[in-house]
Amino acid sequence: MSFMDRAARTIFLSELISGLGLTFRYMFRPKVTLNYPYEKGPISPRFRGEHALRRYPNGEERCIACKLCEAICPAQAITIEAEPRADGSRRTTRYDIDMVKCIYCGYCQEACPVDAIVEGPNFEFSTETREELLYDKDRLLANGDRWESEIAANLAAEAPYR
Amino acid sequence: MAELWATLIWPVLWTAIKIVIIVGPLMLAIAYLTFVERKVIAAMHLRKGPNVVGPFGLLQPMADGLKLLLKETVVPSRANRSVFVIAPMITFILALVAWAVIPFGEGLVLANINVGILYLFAISSLGVYGIVMAGWASNSKYAFLGGLRSAAQMVSYEVSMGFVIITVLLCVGSLNLSDIVLAQKGSWGLFNWYVFPLLPMAVIFFVSTLAETNRHPFDLPEAEAELVSGYNVEYSSMTFALFFLGEYGNMILMSAMTSVLFLGGWLPPFDVVPLNWIPGPIWFALKIAACLFVFLWVRATLPRYRYDQLMRLGWKVFLPISLVAVVVVSGFLVASGMAPGAR
Amino acid sequence: MIFQALAFYLFALVAVGSAVMVISSRNPVHAVLFLILTFFNAAALFILMGAEFLGMILVIVYVGAVAVMFLFVVMMLDINFAELRQGFLRYLPIGAVVGLVLLAELLVVLGGWTFAPDASASVQSPAPGLEQVTNTRALGLLIYTHYLFLFQGAGIILLIAMIGAIVLTLRRREGARRQDIAAQVARRPADSVEVRKVPSGRGV
Repeated sequence: MSFMDRAARTIFLSELISGLGLTFRYMFRPKVTLNYPYEKGPISPRFRGEHALRRYPNGEERCIACKLCEAICPAQAITIEAEPRADGSRRTTRYDIDMVKCIYCGYCQEACPVDAIVEGPNFEFSTETREELLYDKDRLLANGDRWESEIAANLAAEAPYR
Repeated sequence: MAELWATLIWPVLWTAIKIVIIVGPLMLAIAYLTFVERKVIAAMHLRKGPNVVGPFGLLQPMADGLKLLLKETVVPSRANRSVFVIAPMITFILALVAWAVIPFGEGLVLANINVGILYLFAISSLGVYGIVMAGWASNSKYAFLGGLRSAAQMVSYEVSMGFVIITVLLCVGSLNLSDIVLAQKGSWGLFNWYVFPLLPMAVIFFVSTLAETNRHPFDLPEAEAELVSGYNVEYSSMTFALFFLGEYGNMILMSAMTSVLFLGGWLPPFDVVPLNWIPGPIWFALKIAACLFVFLWVRATLPRYRYDQLMRLGWKVFLPISLVAVVVVSGFLVASGMAPGAR
Repeated sequence: MIFQALAFYLFALVAVGSAVMVISSRNPVHAVLFLILTFFNAAALFILMGAEFLGMILVIVYVGAVAVMFLFVVMMLDINFAELRQGFLRYLPIGAVVGLVLLAELLVVLGGWTFAPDASASVQSPAPGLEQVTNTRALGLLIYTHYLFLFQGAGIILLIAMIGAIVLTLRRREGARRQDIAAQVARRPADSVEVRKVPSGRGV
């Protein structure tokens, strides 16, 4: 660019003005804001949100207390105690997840041989006290019942890649 | 008694009423300027801005004000108490007193003094004290740095602003703001306003007002990134609100000053029938709003200057240009016989 | 009229009071702030006298610029108050003598008003009254006509002081890298980036 060109650009502030013009044009573009509590963005089927314990269609809980999830959990957020049930099958008596410790890595659902513990699509589970985030087995099973259709659909969608 | 009423009480009372008439809408304008700022910048960022409190978020300024009002005023333990409290008051009061000389229309002015423009200039140059005192009294390094930057910045840009004002005064031949507006009245309408003959000066003046009000891209005194928010870090509650109101009041004031000096104050763009039906104060308000929009527009567009670049722009670019402009304009006026005192 | 009188006494009282505070306050920053208040009230007194131009210029120049610099410097100073007060008694005689000399001179000026009764006649005829021209114009008529040389002389003295200050503080440092904004803006990718095909195993 010649000297004259550059000088003219400087004197007439052309770069400043083109910058201002850009922002002015942007002012009339459609907004990209999601009006959050009323509108939500799409979530991947692999999304790792709130945990849930699933059941078989006949109502029997899937978890067999193998404790693989407890072993792999890098944050040591999972605590499991198990003993044989009256019918002789091995089941958990206690299945706690400390949601404050959890880092949502998804290793527990990777480790589970029976797809019992999964991380569902729910990410809106904030509470007013810390204690409410210490989930026990009842809470996790209830989550499973509540989100079963979404979880099952996500698992089906992901099945070819696993 | 009747004499006392006529000579002393009534004039004072009448002035007080006029002050309320000016300050009331002004406060409302300041409150909604903060709202408009958030909306405009949000639009330029492709966001929506505040839209929850009230219809279109229109009650947002009220909610913000109420929130600040209900908070606790914290005075840092080793702060200089009296100066700490006085500083925001000075900022706020100075932003209001300057409106005494602004002409809103033909004869619609609180104090039509002969040296109106000097009064405005003096008041705007005092604005630095609120900030410097706040920075010093907070007993905080960030606040102090913010105050020092602001002092240096305002003093530097005042110089070029003064010269720009002088070029306008050379064309007008009076320091009275109403005279300055009336001098821009002519048969060419809009093209008689000083923006066109003095365009470079108008640009320099506007950029200087950005620096004078500590607005983007010259908001170094409150640079969030480095000084967390500069001179007002230690302030909370109403003391902070006063700084905030003062800053926005100063923005409106500077826009009014730009309108009076360069955009023909209350004059309509053309003195033809549908346009001159609209009363002067409305034209004036529209021009102020246009200037304010540019304030916000610039904020959404430009990145912050570095400190040495700011000083370079003030002293090495604006000062020489405006000095030369004073010489050129006065030379032209004398040579062409258009100087107002020549008659 | 009573309003003017009240205003005068208010401004005069505040001016004198804050002037006293300038020399008596312990904190130097407070002293400067009181000095600013004094300037301000002096400006108000000017305006009361009808010299609005002078009043405004006083505010702009002294309060708006000079006092800011004062404040700037005083804030940055690290002053030890105890040390400052130590020499107070020792310097008191000198201070008293200077004060007395100034007082005597003031008295002489006031008393000598009648020494040269024709002196005031030799002063250039003052500006026309306020009822004829604004005082800005009156000042301009005097300064730019009869007192032009004195005015320019004052200007040159200030210019020399400014040049002196610049000469004293300007030093060229070796090895300091300075920003050349024009060069930076004028730089293009072609000037600074070179694309080369580097054969493998050989380097540039």
